[in-house]
Amino acid sequence: MIIGLHHYLIVAAILFTIGVFGIFVNRKNVIIILMCVELILLAVNINFVAFSTHMVQTGVNNPMAGQIFALFVLTVAAAEAAVGLAILVVYFRNRGNIAVENIDLMKG
Amino acid sequence: MLIAISFYLLAFTAVAAAFMVVAARNPVHSVMYLILTFFSAAGLFVLMGAEFLALLLVMVYVGAVAVLFLFVVMMLDVDFAEMKEGFLSYLPIGGLVAIILLIEMILVGATYASKTPSTVVDRTDGQSNLQAFGQVLYTDYAGVFEAAGFVLLVAMIGAIVLTLRTREGVRKQDAMKQMARTREDGVELVDIAPGQGISPMKPSSTEG
Repeated sequence: MIIGLHHYLIVAAILFTIGVFGIFVNRKNVIIILMCVELILLAVNINFVAFSTHMVQTGVNNPMAGQIFALFVLTVAAAEAAVGLAILVVYFRNRGNIAVENIDLMKG
Repeated sequence: MLIAISFYLLAFTAVAAAFMVVAARNPVHSVMYLILTFFSAAGLFVLMGAEFLALLLVMVYVGAVAVLFLFVVMMLDVDFAEMKEGFLSYLPIGGLVAIILLIEMILVGATYASKTPSTVVDRTDGQSNLQAFGQVLYTDYAGVFEAAGFVLLVAMIGAIVLTLRTREGVRKQDAMKQMARTREDGVELVDIAPGQGISPMKPSSTEG
């Protein structure tokens, strides 16, 4: 049994779907939504790495570029988590809860 | 065969743990399942031959981001029990969107994969994954690499600026202020005549 590119793509697709599903279903907890965003970015990273490692080098295209891009996605994901959680902490200080349904009530 | 077994094991673990991230009642458990997901994904990366990114994933996510999440989850004093209440009411719409998304992506992937049955390209031209990575990262993508560092710097400063607060009314010890006190500021000698009380004292000009 050979594990090909499409196996990895399907895993990434399922992870992405779970991430989107989690964002839809969770209407109360912002932390879970942030984790779902991390899941989605992980799925994207799996796609990048899968295409990078299954790609045959042709001409000037370096297959390594996919992994480089995955590194940058990782960087941005880490930055996003840091800033997102900081915003969450500030929001909690101001309002005393982090329910998603109440966030749109904040006026200025 | 061994690769197939490990692939299915890791893939199943990743998907199951990712589902538990969404479904767990306790956010602390969610973070733990998130760690498991990333660990399994790192295993998948190793299977594909991207060892460096796998280790980076473990370091960045398990070591930093997950711990950050744990800190925030435990720091916020929220009643997490009532947070799960709306779960069922949003299940139909969420499930519908999820199923449509999954079918679309699998269709796209299936049409792509049916053309070229491919396996991992063996890149053993005397280079390890790390060597190949570094040679591209520090030459072709050096500028973007610097930009990524700048993004991290901005994120760090942003997080600090957001959460830093200078609270009013906190009594703090100020060494310079203490040392600058003179005898006249601190002590007042009163000559009390017999039979009379002390006149109300002037409020002292220096506090603390």
